[in-house]
Amino acid sequence: MLLTHEISPEKIEKDKIYQDMGLSDQEYDMVKTILKRRPNFTETGIFSVMWSEHCSYKTSKPLLKKFPSKAPHVLQGPGEGAGIIDIGDNQAVVFKVESHNHPSAVEPYQGAATGVGGIIRDVFSMGARPIALMNSLRFGNLTTERVKYLFSEVVNGIAGYGNCVGVPTVGGEVQFDDSYEDNPLVNAMCVGLINHDDIQKGIATGVGNTVLYAGAPTGRDGIHGATFASDDLAEDSDKDRPAVQVGDPFMEKLLIEACLEVIHSDALVGMQDMGAAGLTSSASEMASKAGTGMEMDLDRVPQRELNMNAYELMLSESQERMLLVVKKGREQEIIDIFEKYGLQAVAVGEIIEEQVFRIKQHGEVQADIPVDALAEEAPVYHLPSQEPSYYKVFQEMDNMIPAVTDHVDMLKKLLKQPTIASKEWVYDQYDSMVQTNTVVTPGSDAAVVRVKGTDKALAITTDCNSRYIYLDPETGGKIAVAEAARNLVCSGARPLGLTDGLNFGNPTNREVFWQMEKSVEGMSEAASTLQTPVISGNVSLYNQSQGKAIFPTPVVGMVGLHESVEHITPSYFQEAGDLIYVIGETKCEFGGSELQNVLNGKYEGKAPEINLSVEAKRQQELLETIQQGIIQSAHDIAEGGLAVALAESVFHDKGLGVSVELEGDFTTELFSETQSRFVVSVKPEHQAQFENKVNDASQIGVVTADGTFSVKAQKEDGIQEDVETLSQLWKGAIPCLLKSKA
Amino acid sequence: MKFAVIVFPGSNCDRDMYYAAKEVLGEEADLVWYESAGNLGNYDGILLPGGFSYGDYLRSGAVAATSEIMQQIKEHASKGKPVLGVCNGFQVLTEAGLLPGALMRNEKLSFMCHFEDLIVTNNETMFTSLFQTGETIKLPIAHGEGNYFCDETTLKDLQANNQIVFTYENNPNGSVADIAGIVNKKGNVLGMMPHPERAVEMLLGSDDGLKLFQSLVQNWRESYVVNA
Amino acid sequence: MRNVTVYITLKSGVLDPQGKAIQESLNSLGYDEVQSARVGKTISLQIEDGPNLEKRITEMCEKLLANPVIEDYRFDVEEAVQS
Repeated sequence: MLLTHEISPEKIEKDKIYQDMGLSDQEYDMVKTILKRRPNFTETGIFSVMWSEHCSYKTSKPLLKKFPSKAPHVLQGPGEGAGIIDIGDNQAVVFKVESHNHPSAVEPYQGAATGVGGIIRDVFSMGARPIALMNSLRFGNLTTERVKYLFSEVVNGIAGYGNCVGVPTVGGEVQFDDSYEDNPLVNAMCVGLINHDDIQKGIATGVGNTVLYAGAPTGRDGIHGATFASDDLAEDSDKDRPAVQVGDPFMEKLLIEACLEVIHSDALVGMQDMGAAGLTSSASEMASKAGTGMEMDLDRVPQRELNMNAYELMLSESQERMLLVVKKGREQEIIDIFEKYGLQAVAVGEIIEEQVFRIKQHGEVQADIPVDALAEEAPVYHLPSQEPSYYKVFQEMDNMIPAVTDHVDMLKKLLKQPTIASKEWVYDQYDSMVQTNTVVTPGSDAAVVRVKGTDKALAITTDCNSRYIYLDPETGGKIAVAEAARNLVCSGARPLGLTDGLNFGNPTNREVFWQMEKSVEGMSEAASTLQTPVISGNVSLYNQSQGKAIFPTPVVGMVGLHESVEHITPSYFQEAGDLIYVIGETKCEFGGSELQNVLNGKYEGKAPEINLSVEAKRQQELLETIQQGIIQSAHDIAEGGLAVALAESVFHDKGLGVSVELEGDFTTELFSETQSRFVVSVKPEHQAQFENKVNDASQIGVVTADGTFSVKAQKEDGIQEDVETLSQLWKGAIPCLLKSKA
Repeated sequence: MKFAVIVFPGSNCDRDMYYAAKEVLGEEADLVWYESAGNLGNYDGILLPGGFSYGDYLRSGAVAATSEIMQQIKEHASKGKPVLGVCNGFQVLTEAGLLPGALMRNEKLSFMCHFEDLIVTNNETMFTSLFQTGETIKLPIAHGEGNYFCDETTLKDLQANNQIVFTYENNPNGSVADIAGIVNKKGNVLGMMPHPERAVEMLLGSDDGLKLFQSLVQNWRESYVVNA
Repeated sequence: MRNVTVYITLKSGVLDPQGKAIQESLNSLGYDEVQSARVGKTISLQIEDGPNLEKRITEMCEKLLANPVIEDYRFDVEEAVQS
């Protein structure tokens, strides 16, 4: 990119160059009003990134306000690097999810890797030690070489970064659907642990204090990445390659250790990572939050390339960089800590009283902008929404009554669906055990990491069934939150709060905005009822290409607390002779189901219903019985219905089987995706105690030792198959799809 | 017994090793930053942890193997004191020439992390005396470059001297002769790809690794404390 | 100033799974004529001219740049072009 600041303010206005940089005519006029003059090239660039959706949430802000974010145990809600929730004993858990969709579509390895790096920095910049990573991935179906490449390389990138940096990737979810073919979603979540006294904020207080730049030198990576992430993915996005940043997990590891040492120095005032929009956003946000100003001299910024201009330095998204504010006169103490780790830390500016963001280079002022104009006063749009015509059609459709004659065959087909199939191929590539806390490794409903030095553990999950949200965003939004909570409860944890990763298409499309609006409403209601406040989040819009948007995908990352490691409950059956129960009644609900996909190759109709108070009651009852020690295993019933949930419950231990008898319509009982249901196993001696406590439960069979999956029907042939046969299909599906030639 | 856990830039299992030695085993342990060379003489055992020292750039363990602290570790080893290198620590030991052979990229090229069954093939070392020869133990592996390679002559030497300590029951990475861990000729330097420090509590799925550390402590007590 | 390029390859006889994957991939793209592929790396060094240049580069290779257990190396030395 050979744009330089030689382009005059007049030319920027006359030729509307600001439009190429991402500002609308109206926004450009606002900038002129704020500055009382025309912005120069660097300033135009600064405004365009700070006012991009990625940094300003200009179109999603009115929706995000609807999320319940307060609760007594919330120590930090949305607005900082990550949210914080109290877990007792002066400890707290810090977490956030972030998307790196567009960069991953262009260069999947680096896109995914730097996504992981960015979210880790968000967490340790709060002063927390990152203890776990999760992810939520979406790809097209594994039928084209391109999709297979994207899938393999994204997984590779997550592994390459996470493994090296020494934070275990403990789980996640991967789903496949055509709507993601050109727009894969890569959402990464990081969880950190912190002592209350160590909580840092990205704040620049104390006039005269020094602004310190630490970490990797600045190159031309990712210039305009933030606006790139907010643009429709063009057909020729391969040409955007230079905009993608390259990550160095080794540097990040050193940065983690150095920053976690720095937080114990009282010379530190504030710290923030340089993420999207790099130096510009970290510096202006820190000053804006503190009500101060900042002056920076770009000549002092460590640079990796020659002749970088102010525009490039301010907008570069080079990775592994931090911005710190330290007390004047005590810079050397902090610099010494970074140097111990072989990292550069350089004073690049100071806090000033005047609330402006002033950038100098070569002795000249390159930008002079009121601080609040960039952060606080960014435009907010209340976009119009419109109910899509498909929604009405779907709502008026009759319930699908699927015709399944061969139930064994259908079960096998479902187990081979990549969304249901084992993700071992993925998570085996992640170091899930480093830090020696991982009690429940990937592959269960929720991952569980213990908290060393205490009897506590944390359960973590990511969830989002976007098919339901496509059919009915409000109901689907409720389901996404409820299912995440369900997963945590199954592991024996009480849900504490959530972080959201909202992935949608172009919000200026009224129907897309309607999907956003409705799903946020549904999520908010569920978060309130289930007492899981939304403490952080991320918005990724324009996930569409050639006018076709992805399924609305608001990913929920949720964290729960085990008061005692004794409560940690596996998701799979434990012992032959244990009684198998289903909690919750089963209705004929196939809209958006995996079965509908197998039979019809599309999703339509109504999403399954959800009653949040029933959901809350069942979760509470299950959690109490787990805490009383009478549950052997608990697994939620999700994609593929009861049949898949039962199968997944016997795949873990070789030799176990099930003997189950189902009443009612066999197909419905087996494959319906009715919500708020669980499969649990209970020792026979706890039968009475369990049944008294959980009145929505009905016993359907027992765990056996014969390695057979046996499900009897009332009127028709049941299912009788070796567990090993089913298990091989389930485990082999994804490796098989990856190997097969398109 | 007092352990030094050597921390190189990019080590990431250092705190796990420290936790296993100090909190689970109940022995003394320090995290020793690689530049703080000069005081390793105070330690009875040296633990080289896993991770990605220097980002594994150039070759895994290669840069760490040239660092100054390795001279001290070599001296420590030459006195017959125990040195344990796990994962990246094993890679450092081979790169530094303290153990023969090299660790190459896994045969299937990708990183892998899961529990593997290992066979204890030699319980006559200070690291394995509490195991039975032929015993199967369960330890996690987590590596992308754990494919042990050595030439025929070296392999014959290893076999003749009974230096192969652990083998994989189901070779996951293509290692020559299913090798998972080897000792030097003197038997006081052990390098292994699987992580014993990740298997010291049943809560995390296995405590088979604990016996390795316990063997070390017991043998150290017998030979150093009793004879002192 | 000299521009030195060090080429490092796996010794013949040492299995190169990466090379094998590349060969198979090229074959599957229709380049059936590819009989084998070996992966190596190059390291570019700028070195001040001095006595024993080649001997010192050999030492660098032996001590750090290559692992003699599994790797072979060779290097080219060129006069650096002043820019």
